[in-house]
Amino acid sequence: MNTTSHEWPLWEVFVRTKAGLDHKHCGSLHAADPKMAVQMARDVYTRRSEGSSVWVVRSDQIVASDPGDKDMFFDPAEDKVYRHPTFYKLPDAVDHM
Amino acid sequence: MQTSVQLPTDPAVQYLLRIGDTCLILGQRLGEWCGHAPIIEEDIALTNVALDLIGQARGVLTLAGQRCAPALDEDQLAFLRDERDYRNPTIAELPRGDFAFTVLRNAMLSTWLKLLWERLRDSGDAELSGIAGKALKEARYHQQHAADWVVRLGDGTEESRRRIEAAMAQLWPYVAELFDDDAVEAAAEASGLGPPASSLREPWLAEMAEILGEVHLPMPKQGNFRSTGKQGVHSEHMGYILAEMQFLQRAYPGGAW
Repeated sequence: MNTTSHEWPLWEVFVRTKAGLDHKHCGSLHAADPKMAVQMARDVYTRRSEGSSVWVVRSDQIVASDPGDKDMFFDPAEDKVYRHPTFYKLPDAVDHM
Repeated sequence: MQTSVQLPTDPAVQYLLRIGDTCLILGQRLGEWCGHAPIIEEDIALTNVALDLIGQARGVLTLAGQRCAPALDEDQLAFLRDERDYRNPTIAELPRGDFAFTVLRNAMLSTWLKLLWERLRDSGDAELSGIAGKALKEARYHQQHAADWVVRLGDGTEESRRRIEAAMAQLWPYVAELFDDDAVEAAAEASGLGPPASSLREPWLAEMAEILGEVHLPMPKQGNFRSTGKQGVHSEHMGYILAEMQFLQRAYPGGAW
């Protein structure tokens, strides 16, 4: 069987809405090379003035946690409410924190 | 049935129509790719370019309409002229062809428009100068996007190379018209409205040589054929694209969204 892929690689797109904010993941697209990926990201994800900067990264370069590890990884945090800063009493002067 | 509007012979109006109609007709041609481009990302990219061009056409046609007596609005100019009153160079109206034809024409016309907008920033008409400033940013991106594709296809597979070479052979005869001078161009230069067509020839050839040189795609020799869209004498393709564009305004006068 021919296992060579004839599809262009997949890229994840991160868009920064304005200076000072962080880049947020907003979707993915197919492109043949990095230059094309940046242009496509601009065309597909910033048409309505959503961005002032885009990042793209090859999807196969992202290392993700294993869904099978979900229990082990994330459940233990559930009963540790003391990690949230909700038990502190704020001085009146510090409003809307 | 809505009747056609009449146009003045004012050379400034003719000059503006040559620019506005190029944007209008090329925009319409690119819009035809909506739903048909090879991949969805490029589908969106091409229609983005089309919408930029329609936006530029709106600005320039509005300006041309203000110089008509009685004044005409952008819709009347876009949809209610007879074929002979459209002034785009013929290259803009040629059918969209295959993807290679589309990206090579985009590279040629966006390079031409980019150079034109650069010069029009210095136009004596403040509004035209303002439109040019905004359009220039768009044209720069259009040129880069199209040029990248020309290089990819020129340097791609045997098939893509064959197609870009075929597109070059089809398009090249229509290039000369872009740089033809006449009384309209001379009047624009004299009044400070904009540069004469011939002045864009050298910089256009230089920028195209840079793009085509990357993939060793030669520019063909110039033959004797001369297209005449700028004079209102169009190819056989023009009537069909106008029929599609004009049907709604002719059947439902003044119809709007």
